Amino acid sequence: MEKKLEKILKNYVKDECNIISTLQDVQEILGYIPEEAINFLSKKLDIPASRLFGIITFYSQFHLKPRGENIITICRGTACHVNGSERLINRLLIELEIPPGGDTTDDLRFTAEKVNCVGTCSMAPVVIINKRVHGEMTTDKLIKEIKILKGKR
Amino acid sequence: MRADIKIKVCMGPGGIAKGGADVIEAIKKEINSTGKKAMIEKRCSLHQVGCLGFCAKDVLVEVIINGNKTTYEHIKPDMIPRIVKEHLVEGKPVTEWAVGEEYRNFHKKQIKVVLSHCGEIDPEDINAYIAAGGYEAAKKALTSMSPEKVVEVVNASKLRGRGGAGFPTGLKWELSLKIKSEVKYIICNGDEGDPGAFMDRSVMEGDPHSIIEGMIICAKATMSQHGFIYVRAEYPLAVKRLQLAIDQCYEAGLLGKNILGTGCNFDLKIFQGAGAFVCGEATALMRSIEGKRGMPTPKLWRSAVKGLWDKPTVLNNVETFANVPQIILKGADWFRNLGTERSGGTKVFALTGKVKNAGLIEVPLGISLREIIYDIGGGIEGDRKFKAVQTGGPSGGCIPAGFLDIEVDYEPLALAGSIMGSGGMIVLDETDCMVNTAKFFLEFTQAESCGKCTPCRIGTKRLLEILERITSGKGKKGDIELLEELSEDIKATSLCGLGMTAPNPVLSTIKYFRNEYEAHIIDKKCPAAVCKDLIKYFILEKVCKGCGACKRVCPADAIRGIKKKPHRIDSNLCVKCGTCFYACKFKAIMKI
Repeated sequence: MEKKLEKILKNYVKDECNIISTLQDVQEILGYIPEEAINFLSKKLDIPASRLFGIITFYSQFHLKPRGENIITICRGTACHVNGSERLINRLLIELEIPPGGDTTDDLRFTAEKVNCVGTCSMAPVVIINKRVHGEMTTDKLIKEIKILKGKR
Repeated sequence: MRADIKIKVCMGPGGIAKGGADVIEAIKKEINSTGKKAMIEKRCSLHQVGCLGFCAKDVLVEVIINGNKTTYEHIKPDMIPRIVKEHLVEGKPVTEWAVGEEYRNFHKKQIKVVLSHCGEIDPEDINAYIAAGGYEAAKKALTSMSPEKVVEVVNASKLRGRGGAGFPTGLKWELSLKIKSEVKYIICNGDEGDPGAFMDRSVMEGDPHSIIEGMIICAKATMSQHGFIYVRAEYPLAVKRLQLAIDQCYEAGLLGKNILGTGCNFDLKIFQGAGAFVCGEATALMRSIEGKRGMPTPKLWRSAVKGLWDKPTVLNNVETFANVPQIILKGADWFRNLGTERSGGTKVFALTGKVKNAGLIEVPLGISLREIIYDIGGGIEGDRKFKAVQTGGPSGGCIPAGFLDIEVDYEPLALAGSIMGSGGMIVLDETDCMVNTAKFFLEFTQAESCGKCTPCRIGTKRLLEILERITSGKGKKGDIELLEELSEDIKATSLCGLGMTAPNPVLSTIKYFRNEYEAHIIDKKCPAAVCKDLIKYFILEKVCKGCGACKRVCPADAIRGIKKKPHRIDSNLCVKCGTCFYACKFKAIMKI
């Protein structure tokens, strides 16, 4: 991991304003931001780990825990809300058996998350399954997609 | 003479999501297939263009032969062979797939200024932008206008901030120009966070060069040398296309040192946000660029005086910058005359929700809400009854039917209890619960509150708790008054715009739909049958055919019945997810 991090750091000048971009790169490569990465960056950049931690927890894009193989993102924009996105979330959590408060299944196969708005409101409600946008989603269609993913291994 | 064929495929947010890339591939494949290749390829050009506007009809494809345009709607890859054969080769448009009256009505009352290139040119090609008159305005400003003159023109145009607050753009620039400083910054705010809004996304993805040109002109007007475009993390394509556009500009000498030989220097960089709504607020956005937690700071000075790294900073919205080149080119009078007495120009709206023709629209300021919803939007889906229109996202409010004839402008919308906002316009109908809508927005603002100041951090939480109580049937007498009082306090004492406007959805829904709140609290009923804890699902035995569709989809195993006999819902087991309601083809499932 340290080698990967070194490589990322090489792309940036040691400047505070590059912290967020650096962390974005770390997450892109590692999938999340592990504790060791925070400590490593803190040493290399002379920035207290607490500050890095503060930034990571502030922005919703950053994750401190590993995420599922399949990421299902349900849009919670206003247009999606009035077209029934809440129903989709409730059904999805039941289907994936994700306990309240959590977002990832125990076997790390699925992560279910919400996003504020992806800007494709004309086809609400929208669900993003592994980066592919699906519009005019229904619970039926969603469950079918999940079953397909569950079947794949 | 051989015909000249142009094919344009919508690759805006809607077009991409509905498979625009597959359509492009299908067209390429079809044209390259033997036989047709020799006939068409050499005289046919294929372009991906930004949002064509009518997203509800995506994927939209335009075929232009010798200037005659045919627009096709709902195009899928398997429809391409027929279009290529009949239209491109034989010259006969496939009329049954072409757009109809609805499409023409959608465009009738629109005036495109900001979106004039969107859907016309390839956003990834600087030459297409230049061929459409691009960078002429920048050239004019850089070579023949003084900074004071640029400011004067922008002032005269009555352009106001399109981010929502409506601060006069010229005034902002003038303020920055007057301050002497070695270093000055310009920031373009592309952190479009309002749920239900995709105007800036469409411009950034559909016409990135117009934003850059606007910023170059602003750099001249304020004598700034450094610029940032702050783009939201959720818009990766906008980042890609803007970066491409910036690279092309550096190559063409439109950015960097000594632009076009005029001695002006301007460097432009993209800064990618990381998912925080509050970063749309000016001071929070600047802290974010500085590499800190994006929390607002008290505004002791205007950013034009002390902003990013305490240097004079002009911060404008994407749409504001995109307006500037045309103002410089066509003059302040032209722009001012498009709008109202107080505000010039047009405004882009993302018209969505329960409206028939959802999409991206641009209308002159001063148009009425009714014209937008009924003439352009085509009315309410399923011809249900209109209830309200929500503008301004979580900072705005809900405007009821009684105000449909007001002018769309900053002040009239504020008087109606909402705000212009960045341009999200979500239409609600009789099946939407207003208390639930207010709760939805409070959930949003409460989660996005940065937590720095107490009124916002704790106040929005308490507001949300009261709303949750009401929607779950545990509302108490006096709750409405408590909501009102708390809302006023939060508005008066919060540090930044997020907190100051967060109670707006609550206040405006109480103002116009107090009876719905009362129904929830006193009668324990949700009139629109939305709030989960206040409704019950049941099956009409007479209508039920016993097909079992509901039983199969029920996640809680709450539906019982034998095939071809009426089924029943066990209300003790029902989790009220609503899946069966939508699965029933016979409308046998009811909710009250």
